[in-house]
Amino acid sequence: MNTQTLEKEAVIIKFAGDSGDGMQLTGGLFTDDTAISGSDLATFPDFPAEIRAPAGTLAGVSGFQLHFGSREIFTPGDRFDVLVAMNAAALKVNLSQLRPSAAIIINEDGFDSKNLRLAKYGDGENPLEDGTLKDYEVIKIPVTKMTREALADSPLSTKEKDRCKNMYVLGLLLWRYNRTLDTTQKFLRAKFKKKPDILEANEKVLMAGYHLGDTMQEFTTRYTVHPAKLPKGTYRSIMGNDALVLGLVTAAKKAGLPIFYGSYPITPASSILNGLAKYKNLGVKTFQAEDEIAAVCSAIGASYGGNIGITGTSGPGLALKGEAMGLAVMLELPLVICNVQRGGPSTGLPTKTEQSDLLQALYGRNGECPMPVVSASSPADSFDAAYEAVRIALQHMTPVILLSDGYIANGAEPWKFPKLADIPEIKVEFAKQNPNGEPFMPYARDERRVRQWAIPGTPGLIHRVGGLEKEDVTGNVSYDPANHEHMVKTREAKVEMIANFIPEQTVEAGPDNGDLLILGWGSTFGVCQSVTRGLVEMGYKVGHAHLRYINPFPRNLGELLKRFDKVLIPEINNGQLAKVIRDKYLVPVKQYNKIQGTPITNEELYEAAIGLLV
Amino acid sequence: MSVDLQNMNGGEPVVLKSKDFATDQDVRWCPGCGDYSILKQVQTVLADLGKKPHETVFISGIGCSSRFPYYMETYGMHSIHGRAPGFAVGLKMANPNLGVWMITGDGDGLSIGGNHLMHLFRRNFDLNVILFNNQIYGLTKGQYSPTSEENKRTASTPYGSIDHPVNPIAFALGTDATFVARSMDRDTKHLKEMLAKADEHKGTSFLEVYQNCNIFNDGAFFAFTEKATKPDTTIFLEHGQPLVFGANNEKGIRLDGFTPKIVDLNDSNFSKDDLWIHDETDLIKAQILSRFFDDPTTTENALPRPFGIFYRTERACYEDLLFSQIESATASLGEGDLDKIIAGSNTWEIK
Repeated sequence: MNTQTLEKEAVIIKFAGDSGDGMQLTGGLFTDDTAISGSDLATFPDFPAEIRAPAGTLAGVSGFQLHFGSREIFTPGDRFDVLVAMNAAALKVNLSQLRPSAAIIINEDGFDSKNLRLAKYGDGENPLEDGTLKDYEVIKIPVTKMTREALADSPLSTKEKDRCKNMYVLGLLLWRYNRTLDTTQKFLRAKFKKKPDILEANEKVLMAGYHLGDTMQEFTTRYTVHPAKLPKGTYRSIMGNDALVLGLVTAAKKAGLPIFYGSYPITPASSILNGLAKYKNLGVKTFQAEDEIAAVCSAIGASYGGNIGITGTSGPGLALKGEAMGLAVMLELPLVICNVQRGGPSTGLPTKTEQSDLLQALYGRNGECPMPVVSASSPADSFDAAYEAVRIALQHMTPVILLSDGYIANGAEPWKFPKLADIPEIKVEFAKQNPNGEPFMPYARDERRVRQWAIPGTPGLIHRVGGLEKEDVTGNVSYDPANHEHMVKTREAKVEMIANFIPEQTVEAGPDNGDLLILGWGSTFGVCQSVTRGLVEMGYKVGHAHLRYINPFPRNLGELLKRFDKVLIPEINNGQLAKVIRDKYLVPVKQYNKIQGTPITNEELYEAAIGLLV
Repeated sequence: MSVDLQNMNGGEPVVLKSKDFATDQDVRWCPGCGDYSILKQVQTVLADLGKKPHETVFISGIGCSSRFPYYMETYGMHSIHGRAPGFAVGLKMANPNLGVWMITGDGDGLSIGGNHLMHLFRRNFDLNVILFNNQIYGLTKGQYSPTSEENKRTASTPYGSIDHPVNPIAFALGTDATFVARSMDRDTKHLKEMLAKADEHKGTSFLEVYQNCNIFNDGAFFAFTEKATKPDTTIFLEHGQPLVFGANNEKGIRLDGFTPKIVDLNDSNFSKDDLWIHDETDLIKAQILSRFFDDPTTTENALPRPFGIFYRTERACYEDLLFSQIESATASLGEGDLDKIIAGSNTWEIK
């Protein structure tokens, strides 16, 4: 048969099916193979809060979006070139996001009358037959039937056989994009090492899907996406929470102290707990506490004892931890609070992304309670952000909030990972007994307003700490009015002075002065980059600055804002950073806000930015 | 600030006295408060046991009793309401060698912190919990507490409390605490003995102490603590000994099936040989003892209130299991190569 191969610069694929169809795994494995092929990429897993929503329903659709290309890729993309729809509901949910003449790979077996009814198609209505899809390249395959046929000789039950059907689709896509099966086979062999029947079935179905490309006449074209021109180096693909875990572990190694991670399971932060729990042989202690409050308290207790106390949560959990975080501010002990944001308020949208905990992070505690806030911008960037959070906590004796979100946590991208030897040490010294026998002063400070870390068990340093206001220097309980004001100002100054120990703000794309500055933080990094680059190519004077440090801000931020005529702050919230920037710098910033549980698209931000330029 | 006497005297060991465990801070409890006695007995017991102040940590929550750490010349943390267990277990996991004492009250430990106490008991960290029970909220000026009796009239219950009270000993036994005991502020000898036994126990020791709040709940326990009534209202448990009480040990407890009955030993029907012999290792009997909870001022033929060790057993401590898991993981996997872990299993080169 004649098969031609076409080159593509970039492709956006959406895998969609029931939450039980294995779409996250399929997407993840295709991503791994794509990464190894050298493309740049970004992913966006999008799944329901229910573990197994009723099969076949619109609510149960689980999706995995992948954007890859031979150029730099900053976002998972707006509109799909290829949609894999395992059932009628998956097609219905995603149809509006297809680009014109996109390809749709359809599992015909997911379009029987029951599936159509569950997807809320009317009586006799069938999108495969009524012309709905006439503008698209539709490839219909009876995936379930083909999977069962491929496994006719397998000893597995029908239910177990059906679970392999995602491998059929994966095999077909690997063929379509001119790949080999090597990476996927390697994964399957490791995963099912102890289950030879299941391994054999998955490999057979994967192969059957791959060979379908060679045999089915509709398949006349394969596509090649060349490697991207990324900076030289060794890369891997990484998800946000995994990078965050590695960042914490690396910082601990560089500080020469054990990690203590106290946490309570909560979406989308649980995979940090699961990830750290694996690293017992790196001396990592994990503690699944009875609730969010006990989790943060145990981390503070561990910090008091000389470990790096860390806790992790999402918005509702951060609310519960507030009082204990205030105690940590009073105790002036190191502590890192990882907050992987999700849609709120209350339980909100547990599996959807949002940036709406910024004000909670900055201000959500009783009393004057300043705390440094560090933010991760992308999956790979979570590594650096986590390292920085630990560094600041240890070197400035303060709790630090590390913000991520659901989009970063579950998204993946290529990561030019560092070598341990190239990462700076984090110097930490515990207090020691005064050799001249002078009494120890627990709240004496150095020039950065930082007190010493005096851990129980050390002779000569006996002292008491607590949540009551401290007398300056001695740390004794004090109700003195002037002392309280002095201590409030001192704690604030300590956090403000961290600005002297963080890098100045840079402009990450475009000129460092001009008509418009797009100022972002967190997971909007990708869309800010791609839109800014596009506008610069069109000749506009647009810059993009992205904040890692939100409290304190970099020293030069105010001056940088004033070099642009206009400032636009895009956020997946109702304008929280915009509020803070206006308050601090009196700059009349413009906002672009989207609060739909999904990332801002290129189209949306482009429209918002161009509106300010013409 | 005070100085750590352990390190004075040119490095020679110093024999510490009770007062060496006292700080230079003014004690701010109300004059006549039962807390003074508990503080004094704790300082004495630590000195008697030869504890090192710098290896000892007192951690408390919020409430009158929770000011305790400020008065102990050891390390200490006055934390937040109800959450002392969290800080204490975090500290034990950072440094299991420290001697950790947790100080709490009936409101701190059983109301806002009830959840944490349950999990502390089942996990069995090696630390000591002293719960000061005065059946009232003192620091907020006299509201009823979770251990207050029904119908109690207080600032927040002007028509009488309609809450059913919690039974701290039954709670501890029900959540698998491995050492469960009760004492009282006014019996200093017994209190010291219980403190020493609690410290000796490996695992979470729970010691409830009846403590008089002479401002907001004066005399709540006088039926048990005062000479005139104490012999008939209390029974002091001793392992292997029969349950006897009364001014001349003339009364005893006999088990009739699962029902405890008071018998008169002067009556010729029963002798000491017929009585319930206390066995600290018997959980079922400890649970029956925990239900000796009658109010002698309102109940006729009330069962005497038990004091002493209800139950004691050995079970692995959480922190030991944690460290042995770290050791065995390190032994089987080797110390992790972080560079390899960062690289993961699939990498590619861009040239």
